Amino acid sequence: MSHQIVNKKQLSADTYQIEIKAAHVAEKFSAGQFVIIRIHEKSERIPLTVSSVAPIKGTITLVFQVVGKTTMELSSLEEGDSLINCVGPLGNPSEIRKFGKVICVGGGTGIACIYPIVKALTEAGNEIISILGARTEKMLILEEEIKEFSQEIYVSTDDGSKGHHGFVTDVLKEVITKNQHQEDINRVIVIGPPQMMRAAAEVTRPYKIKTIASLNTIMVDGTGMCGCCRTYVNGEMKLACIDGPEFDAHKVDFDAVISRLSMFREKEIMAYEDFKKRIKSK
Amino acid sequence: MIKLGGKRVPMREQKPKERIKNFKSVPLGYNEKEVVKEAQRCIQCKGLPCETECPINMKILEMIREIANANFKKAFFIIKEDNPIPAITGRVCPQENQCEGVCPLSKRDQGINIGKLEAFVADWARHAGIKEEFHIKERPEKVAVVGSGPAGISCAVDLRKFGFKVTLFEALHKAGGVLQYGIPAFRLPTEVVDYEIKYLNDIGVDIKLNFFVGQNIKFDELRKEYDALFLATGAGAPMFMNIPGESLKGVYSANEFLIRVNLMKAYKFLEFDTPIVCKSPIGIIGAGNVAMDAARCALRLGIEKVYILYRRTKKQSPARIEEIQHAVEEGIILKELVSPKKFIGDDDGWLEEVELYTMELGKPDGSGRPRPKKIEGNEFKIKIRTIVEALGSMPNRLFLSRTPELEVNDWGQINVDHNLMTNIEGVYAGGDAIRGNATVILALGDGRKAAKSIRNYIINKARKK
Ligand SMILES: Cc1cc2nc3c(=O)[nH]c(=O)nc-3n(C[C@H](O)[C@H](O)[C@H](O)COP(=O)(O)OP(=O)(O)OC[C@H]3O[C@@H](n4cnc5c(N)ncnc54)[C@H](O)[C@@H]3O)c2cc1C
Ligand SMILES: Cc1cc2nc3c(=O)[nH]c(=O)nc-3n(C[C@H](O)[C@H](O)[C@H](O)COP(=O)(O)OP(=O)(O)OC[C@H]3O[C@@H](n4cnc5c(N)ncnc54)[C@H](O)[C@@H]3O)c2cc1C
Ligand code: SF4
Ligand code: SF4
Ligand code: FES
Repeated sequence: MSHQIVNKKQLSADTYQIEIKAAHVAEKFSAGQFVIIRIHEKSERIPLTVSSVAPIKGTITLVFQVVGKTTMELSSLEEGDSLINCVGPLGNPSEIRKFGKVICVGGGTGIACIYPIVKALTEAGNEIISILGARTEKMLILEEEIKEFSQEIYVSTDDGSKGHHGFVTDVLKEVITKNQHQEDINRVIVIGPPQMMRAAAEVTRPYKIKTIASLNTIMVDGTGMCGCCRTYVNGEMKLACIDGPEFDAHKVDFDAVISRLSMFREKEIMAYEDFKKRIKSK
Repeated sequence: MIKLGGKRVPMREQKPKERIKNFKSVPLGYNEKEVVKEAQRCIQCKGLPCETECPINMKILEMIREIANANFKKAFFIIKEDNPIPAITGRVCPQENQCEGVCPLSKRDQGINIGKLEAFVADWARHAGIKEEFHIKERPEKVAVVGSGPAGISCAVDLRKFGFKVTLFEALHKAGGVLQYGIPAFRLPTEVVDYEIKYLNDIGVDIKLNFFVGQNIKFDELRKEYDALFLATGAGAPMFMNIPGESLKGVYSANEFLIRVNLMKAYKFLEFDTPIVCKSPIGIIGAGNVAMDAARCALRLGIEKVYILYRRTKKQSPARIEEIQHAVEEGIILKELVSPKKFIGDDDGWLEEVELYTMELGKPDGSGRPRPKKIEGNEFKIKIRTIVEALGSMPNRLFLSRTPELEVNDWGQINVDHNLMTNIEGVYAGGDAIRGNATVILALGDGRKAAKSIRNYIINKARKK
């Protein structure tokens, strides 16, 4: 089965959105789940969160940032091209029910991952405060889409080109402390770079607000068979692919998550450089 | 004409120095002359101990007779009556404990090399393009097989022959189970496995890859849609030591290590995208087949120093003799009577050292082997920068958690009756999913047996209607 790209859009300098045919995934998907794709016979298997689905059309939308060989190759595909595999939906769906007030924090491409959760939580009757962060205004994605489902929305950029000058965690702290009905904030969901998720967990910890992070560990099979995505939650080993990807952020050993993400770096750089060279010589 | 007894015709092999630089098959296989000569050693004993010991009771003597007369085509058809994947079993069966182990010739020299004869015939047929011919009388009933390892493959083949519509679901992007992702190409060449999978396609098995039953397709959906199910989900989830330092970079489960190397072809990195990072020295924990495979893969990835860290001694190793021999010839260092206490990392989070307990052997345990015991106070450290934990594996936890109605034992192995039916009517199971870490041939036997049970079940049900 191959998965044709029916629509492709560049969202920012290094972020792309593709809509691909994957009727089965579109039919079974719930917010918070992901797929693992392979571009061709020799590709790596990479996990990407499903950002939205169109079950009638039989398509799903993925948003990805170019960070290495596979994502760069993916960005070089055009409408009409196909991916060889797309398995999913994988992982557990986000817990969606009426919590009351929920803060959703998205950083970088994490914004695309949090989008379906924002939507589903709103539909379940929650009041959403969204906080979006990007390096700079030009890198900020899906602001309008998220705004549509949020009661309040805040933006922060590392360089101050838009919204708060600094990190999303500064905004998170402010939103919590300034909120007159602090006790109504029943949940914080944060998706983004692990350093950001770690910092967000530290912000909410003193307030004892349940905080959920979606872990982006390295994965191979996504079925619980390799143990590569293992992560330590409350000292216990969990597999992000089948036990997660969402975990209680106050209990996750983020240092291990961050460290393990760099395990293959030397080879990843080799593959990336080799691919860039090959593209140039074409 | 038949020359009885005599010495085993030696198997030509790639020399250790050469073969550790590639992933090509170590044994080079018999040629036609050699295979005939080896077959002619058979003394055709009464009682046929070899056939009794073969878990699927293959008609070994008939096969040998045809080979001795260079009648390979006939030998092939005889094998195929019992064994759908001889090119595979001939290579990976623990023959020394089965068919060959009981061959009386092994008292004087070595038993008949039954495995290699079997593999020769199957390879010969593959190269000659000869296939088993049969007519399928189509039936309307549909059966789903979950998992595409040897149990799933053999069940699917037989169910097709019985005329059922068969759909084979596999979670990964390639079919074959452990044959595909676990056993390395130098023991089981990829083209051999691919050929058997293609054969499934040819006889009309509908293979659905990327379907992870319990996750992206529900068990109940299958039960509704199909007349019967066969669960051949294996025991592929890794076990970990659960000791300090396991999250360090450089620590792999054997499954991750082998999946990267075999399924994702990390040994051809840059041509293939999936990386593996492996620093010398490497330590493999465990001494079974899986550990040997990981160790030999590590050598072939260019690691100079490969240790096997085993808590018992070589004598108690569950690995096949041929595999231990091969590993030692290739330069793997076996460290006996040690067991890791903790993994120690550097400032950057990479594994640097392993602290090991010294062990001693105590009284026999449940497996009949002496129980290893720690000698407290005798711990020592050695420099090891990559660890592969080959501790055995468990049935897939996710699948079981999504099928709570299915009865399992304390190890998560699915309970079955003598017909391989689970506690749920019409749902059968076999292979590692019911046995834990067993063998290809036992899985294959289960698949065949389940196919028969499923046929009886469906036909009886049809009659009652
Ligand atoms: C559940 C989950 C959902 C994700 N969703 C998204 C998403 O929606 N959009 C998005 O842009 N990214 C997402 N990621 C991260 C994405 O999978 C990686 O960016 C991608 O694999 C990088 O591949 P590469 O070859 O381009 O880069 P590489 O050069 O291989 O690696 C760059 C970095 O990406 C990470 N990475 C590498 N390989 C993997 C892998 N197999 N699995 C996970 N991370 C890896 C490593 O930290 C590495 O340092 C998700 C990850 C997980 C686990
Ligand atoms: C490295 C290694 C070396 C070995 N060497 C030997 C040897 O030399 N000789 C020997 O006889 N035995 C050997 N074994 C053992 C042998 O491979 C197994 O006993 C045998 O493969 C079991 O077959 P199976 O069909 O039960 O399961 P498996 O081969 O494990 O196949 C199960 C398949 O089911 C799939 N699956 C699991 N859950 C699901 C689900 N929910 N939905 C869809 N698909 C699913 C898995 O992805 C897998 O492909 C070895 C094992 C390993 C790991
Ligand atoms: S299937 Fe295995 S045990 Fe049986 S004859 Fe062949 S090699 Fe021997
Ligand atoms: S046991 Fe050995 S010698 Fe006897 S029939 Fe079997 S293969 Fe031949
Ligand atoms: S990705 Fe392999 S176990 Fe989670």
